[in-house]
Amino acid sequence: MDQVGLFPVLAVSAVLFATGVAGVLTRRNALIVFMSVELMLNAVNLSFVGFARDFAARGVQNAIDGHVFTVFVMAVAAAEAAVGLALVILLFRNRVTVDLDELDRLKG
Amino acid sequence: MAVLFYFFSLLAVLAGFVVVSTRNPITSAVALVACFFGLAADYVLLDAHFVAVIQILVYAGAIMVLFIFVIMLLNLRGDGAPILDLSRRALFGVATAGLIGVGLVAGLESARRNFETTVPKDFGTIEHVGKALFASSSPWLLPFEVVSVLLTVAVIGAVVLAKREI
Repeated sequence: MDQVGLFPVLAVSAVLFATGVAGVLTRRNALIVFMSVELMLNAVNLSFVGFARDFAARGVQNAIDGHVFTVFVMAVAAAEAAVGLALVILLFRNRVTVDLDELDRLKG
Repeated sequence: MAVLFYFFSLLAVLAGFVVVSTRNPITSAVALVACFFGLAADYVLLDAHFVAVIQILVYAGAIMVLFIFVIMLLNLRGDGAPILDLSRRALFGVATAGLIGVGLVAGLESARRNFETTVPKDFGTIEHVGKALFASSSPWLLPFEVVSVLLTVAVIGAVVLAKREI
């Protein structure tokens, strides 16, 4: 991996994050919006792992904390997915749609 | 190694594009699984063995099964929206995302350096991550316990929300 360097890792992470942003902003299907959020979380995880690799090779103490934080991000993503999907099911039961544009009841 | 990294990164990025651009939620979910596998391969190449394993187990295994289960439970089909519509929202969204992507990459000038070749031999193994998490002097002990509370709350919340009558 020494020929790769930090830049390509972070660039891939940035592209994945931007893709996730595009998905959240353009899609109307609640489930696809959720998946785009997962994509963004994974992009951040890739950054953490890349920085951990870089810092470890340069002898920084506690470089492994990047991996630990990635584990925490995954735990939070799991919790978010569970509650979010429960909300989607509840929504579908009440409105028979997962189209976010039709959820305008709070509009004055 | 570099070739493998670029191959799996390309796989992940292309799968990511499919996730946000396809009509059918099931296609989207399967593409997301492919993206997670590509990222897991990248983690292995970056000496993050434990993270790669839980990426497969937790993300591709547990979370995506939950997604696919819900999609099939709700019997969702494609929403019939065109893949590339030129509505104002689509243009605004893609422009914003492009701006964020270009901004992030442009800010990476200082990261243009190659990796040093050697990492410590046990870097990223389960033992190493476990010691970082659970050693008695570790600062992550309390956060770890708090995460267990968070997961309990999420489980209870999901059941309360999705169950018809308790």
